[in-house]
This record gives sequence, C-alpha cells and structure tokens, in this order.
Amino acid sequence: MERYRVLLVDDEVEFVTTLAERLALRGIDARTAFNGEEALRIMEADPPQVLVLDLMMPGLGGMEVLQYVRSNYPQVQVILLTGQGSTRAGIEGMRLGAFDYLMKPLTIEELMEKIRIAVGGQVTG
Amino acid sequence: MIARGRDRMAIKSWLGKLLFMDQETDGNSPERYDILRRNIMILMILVTIVPLFFMAVVNYHQYQATLREEIVTPMRALVNKTKHSFELFLAERISTVSFIASAYTFDQLADEATMNRIFRVTKEEFGGFVDLGLIDDQGIQVSYTGPYDLKGKDYSEQSWFHEVKVRGTYVSDVFMGYRKFPHIVVAVQRRSDDGKTWIVRATIDTEKFDDLIASMGLDASADAFLLNKDGILQTPSKIYGKVLEHFPLPLPPVSYEANVWEYEDAEHDDLMLAYTHFVHYPYILCVIKPKGEVLRAWYTLKTELFFLFVASVVVIFLVVFKLTDLLVKRMRESDEKREAAFREMEHSHKLSSIGRLAAGVAHEINNPMAIINEKAGLMKDLIEFAPTFPDKERFLSLTDAILQSVNRCRSITHRLLGFARRMEVQIEVLDLNGIIQETMTFLEKEASYRNIDIRLQLAPDLPKIASDRGQLQQVFLNIVNNAIAAVNDGGLITVTTWEKDTDFVATAIQDNGSGMSEETLKHIFEPFFTTKKSQGTGLGLPITYGIIKKLGGEIDVQSKEGKGTTITVYLPKRSITHETT
Repeated sequence: MERYRVLLVDDEVEFVTTLAERLALRGIDARTAFNGEEALRIMEADPPQVLVLDLMMPGLGGMEVLQYVRSNYPQVQVILLTGQGSTRAGIEGMRLGAFDYLMKPLTIEELMEKIRIAVGGQVTG
Repeated sequence: MIARGRDRMAIKSWLGKLLFMDQETDGNSPERYDILRRNIMILMILVTIVPLFFMAVVNYHQYQATLREEIVTPMRALVNKTKHSFELFLAERISTVSFIASAYTFDQLADEATMNRIFRVTKEEFGGFVDLGLIDDQGIQVSYTGPYDLKGKDYSEQSWFHEVKVRGTYVSDVFMGYRKFPHIVVAVQRRSDDGKTWIVRATIDTEKFDDLIASMGLDASADAFLLNKDGILQTPSKIYGKVLEHFPLPLPPVSYEANVWEYEDAEHDDLMLAYTHFVHYPYILCVIKPKGEVLRAWYTLKTELFFLFVASVVVIFLVVFKLTDLLVKRMRESDEKREAAFREMEHSHKLSSIGRLAAGVAHEINNPMAIINEKAGLMKDLIEFAPTFPDKERFLSLTDAILQSVNRCRSITHRLLGFARRMEVQIEVLDLNGIIQETMTFLEKEASYRNIDIRLQLAPDLPKIASDRGQLQQVFLNIVNNAIAAVNDGGLITVTTWEKDTDFVATAIQDNGSGMSEETLKHIFEPFFTTKKSQGTGLGLPITYGIIKKLGGEIDVQSKEGKGTTITVYLPKRSITHETT
C-alpha cells in the first residue's frame, strides 16, 4: 500500500510536530509547515495528497491558504482544523472547497479516518 | 411683581420638567407621567383660557361702552331738544313782557284802562297770561290787571324785586297760585331815557310746560320733569309726585350741556338720568329711565357672552384633558418601548462582550489543550507500539486519564464558545425538545440541591422549528430559573411541549410556587422590575419577552398567588426573520 503523503500546517510548533510524529507512527508520510507561506513553498516543490490546515494563523491565514490551494492544486484535499469550537468556520471552509473540518483538540482516530476517506476518494476513486 | 416673578419661575421650571423629563428616567414612572400630564394640562389651559378670559373682559367693556353710548346719545339729544323748546317758550314770554314794558310809557301803563286792554290782547295772542302789573322803582304796584286785587302792594322787600333790579329780567320758580294751578312769574325792568325805571310783572300758568314734556313722547317706563335748583319739582312727575314736591334723589352736578348721570339706587332699579341746566332760567330738565330698561340689549348680550365664555372653557377643558391623556399615553408607550429596547440592547451588549471574552479564552485554551492532547497521545502511541515496555498497563492508564481530562476541558471550552455564539441570531432547523433537554442540564444541579422535581412532558412527535438555538436556550433558562426561584424546596416544575396548530408549537413551564399578585403580573415585562430583591437584575423576563418577539413568538403568563405560575411560550414553526448571518 502506498504511504499517504500529508502536509500539516499550524503555527503551534509543538502541536504540529507531535501530530506529525503520531501520524508517522501510523505509517503516514507527514511533513510540517509552521505558517501559510511555508506551506505554499513546500507544496510548490512537492504537493501532498492531503493538507491538514489550521484556520487561525498569523500571516497568511487558513482561509487564504485554502482558497489558493483549491485554485492551484485542485487535486489536494484539505482538512481544516479550528480552535473556535464553532462549526461555522468549518462549514464556511467546506463551502470554499475544504474536504472536511475538525475541532481542536482532536482525536488521532478521527483524523486518521478523515485522511483515509480523503485519499480514498482521490486516489482509488 | 414678586408674585409674578415667582409664577414665571414656576412656569420655567415646568417647562424645564417637560423638556428634560427624559433625564429623570430613574423616578418611578407612574408618578412621573401623572406630573407630566398635570403640567401639560396646566400649561395648555393657561395658554388657552388666559387669552380667552382677557378677550372676554376687553370685549365686555368694549360692548358695554358702545351700547351705552348708543343708548345715551338719543337721550341726550331728546333732552337738548326739549330744553330748546322750553327756552323758546320762556324767551317768547319774556319778550312779550319786555315788549309791553318798552312799547308803553310808565304813564300809559299806569293807566288802568290801557293796562286792561294790553292784558286782554296779550292773553289772546300768546295765551297762558294770568295777570299783568306795573311796579315802580319803589316796589309799589302802580297798576294791576288780573284776578287778585294787588294794586298798591309793596314788593320792595321781596327778593325777586332786587333781582330784577340787578339783572333786568326775572323768571321765578313755579308756585301754586290762582285756582291752584302752577304758575311762574316773569318780570322785566324798563329804564326810560330820563333815568326813570319801572317793572312790568306777569304771571303765566305752566300748562304749556306739561305740553312740552308730553311732546317728548317717552315710553311708559321713562319719566321727564323740570326741577328748580333746590330740587323742587316744577312739573308733575310720574314717579316723584306732584308739582312742588321734593325730588328725593341728590341733584346731579351742574351741567349746561345735556349730560347723563347714573344712580345706583338700592330700593329701586338703578336709574339713568339725562339732564341739563338752563342757562338763563333756574330750571333743570330731567329725563329718567330705569337702567335695566335702557340696557336690556346689553344685559342680553352680557348673558350671551358669559355663556359663550363658559361653554368655550368647558370645551377647552375637555379637549385639553383628552388630548393630554392621549399624548401622555403615547409618550409613555414609546418611552417604555424605547426603554425596553435600550435595556435589551444594553444587556445583550454586556452578554456579547462576556461572550467574546469567553470565546477568546476558550480559543486560547484550546491550543495548549491540543498540544497536551497530542503529547499524551504520542506517549500512548509509543507505549503501545513498543514491543516491550515496563509497567505498560500503568502508563497506558495514566495517558488515558490525561486524554480523558483533555476531553473534559474540550467540552467545557465548547460550551463556553456555545454561549458566546448565542449572541448572534442564527436561524436553523431545531428540535425544540432537544433544546429543552439540553437547557435543563444546566439547571439540574441547582434543582437537585433543593430537591426540586423538574418533569419534562415532551410531545414525541413535535415538529422541528426554524429558530435560534442560543436564544431559545436563554429563554428557557430564564423562565425555568424564575420557576426554580418561585418554588419551595421539594417543589414541582413541569415543562410540557405540544403542537398548537399548523403554524405554532407551544411550551408551557408550570410551577407550584408562590405565584404573583395582579399588580406584579402587570409589571413583569418591565425592565428592572424584580421581586428577588437583591439578586434579581429585573432583566430576565424583559429579555425573554424581547427574544420571543424577535423570533416571532408569543408569551402568555397565568398566575395565582399561592398556587403557582404557568408561562406558555408559542413559537412559529417557520422563522419570520430571514437569516441574516
């Protein structure tokens, strides 16, 4: 089975590196970016299958990144992370083309499930 | 002046109160509106009645003066005309006597036969002559023709003799003479070229006077007569008696022009006297009319004026009263509406800033919480993935405990964020029963402390409604909170839902608590009205009311003191406000 390639974007370094390590433990190729600009640079070189994107970031925000990705890398699926406890931002993101959203703090099982479905729809579908 | 100044101050302060009423919002309102109503009424009545009153007074005097003039002028004219007739008559008689004195010499007049002839001719030509006599400068009657034997009578001691010697002519007051007829004496002095003087004296009856007065054509209530300067009647009067009786009223001041004098007589009607003094004769011509008669038109007008004034005042009072009532009622209503809106806004402002704060805190906490979550998760992963790990089970239970605590925190922050969200109107399709159940979980703790039984009787097939979750939660929270405050420990609160009709669903919250009096019931939706003394904000029900209205619903309150309260909320199935978010 091919390893899923995922890019995690969040300004919380501790959060994103730990999450990457946990995903790696589960056999996922998880890279990290700590802000929107960095994420776009990495994507330019090698776009992942799934982008896990925090909405609240300094500099280039999650929504902008999402819009950019949707128009430039339509094959990349985006899963949004929101810390606001509100479904609204998530729904808004899905309207803009995100695959799904998750509320922080998240459970690893949920995230794995979403990634699996996202990639499944893209590669095998 | 001081009193006036004070009045002005008072009016100013009234105006001030009227204008700055809005700033005294903390007063208890019913009294405030009573004062406002009273002040507006006083002001309106003042500005209408005072000018009306002044106008009435001015009109009254104007009319009175005009009408009086209209009545007095003809009276004056009549008096003048009649005076003129009298003067003409007297002047004629004097000229006759004067002519006799001038046309004949003393000797001719002294001759009895000549005297007789002259007397006879005069009597025929002029009428009214009773006798004729010649008196020499010693006052001795030299010749006489007439009904008395007065020849040789000495007049030198009599006052008229002296007067005629000084003035040349003399007209006497009326006296009773021959055959008890009233007469006057006319005497003329004649001085011959050689300096000898004599006097011709004639007696004339005054029948002609009566004719002249009769010719004035007065109506029945009026009276006319001649007085001498001592107030003795010279002609008979209808009211004051016969000739030579005394006129009972004080004489008017001397005036040679026709004048009007008013008597205010306690016994009789008030009288109006038009009179004039004669210049050459010792008489006063008087015409008397009772004032009531004269001013009848005026009295009618006065009564009409008075009734008009009273009627206007009554109408003004009624209009002012009704208008003020309406005005103040409208004002009060709009004040109340505005105040309620203001309070609601203020409260939701407060809540929304609390909400924003809560959202901020929750968000900030969520991030570190996510890190803890991931770190603990990684720890758990490492333990699980390692083939051998000392105390594996123990470590796994520790990491699980951490993850569970993180989950608890997550639910807390999510609830906080949910509260914050409630500030915005978000119409979504909702299960009302679900919302009620959710809301009750917030209150369960307090209810269980006090052993209060909250029973839910929710219709299982209740249709979903389009409404705002947060706002509805707030509504039920407020109402059930009040119910909990109203019941005793161990009380019962029942929440029932049912489908009212095709458009509405209903929720009734019934408690068996203290209930409310009629008076309290009237005020429960007024902002800051509270029965909870120190704890209540007095905002719960006004906000509830505002929300329900905003959502297109209705609220109904039934309460009996000592029995309990039932509050029923009706909500539309379809939202009336379009989604704005």
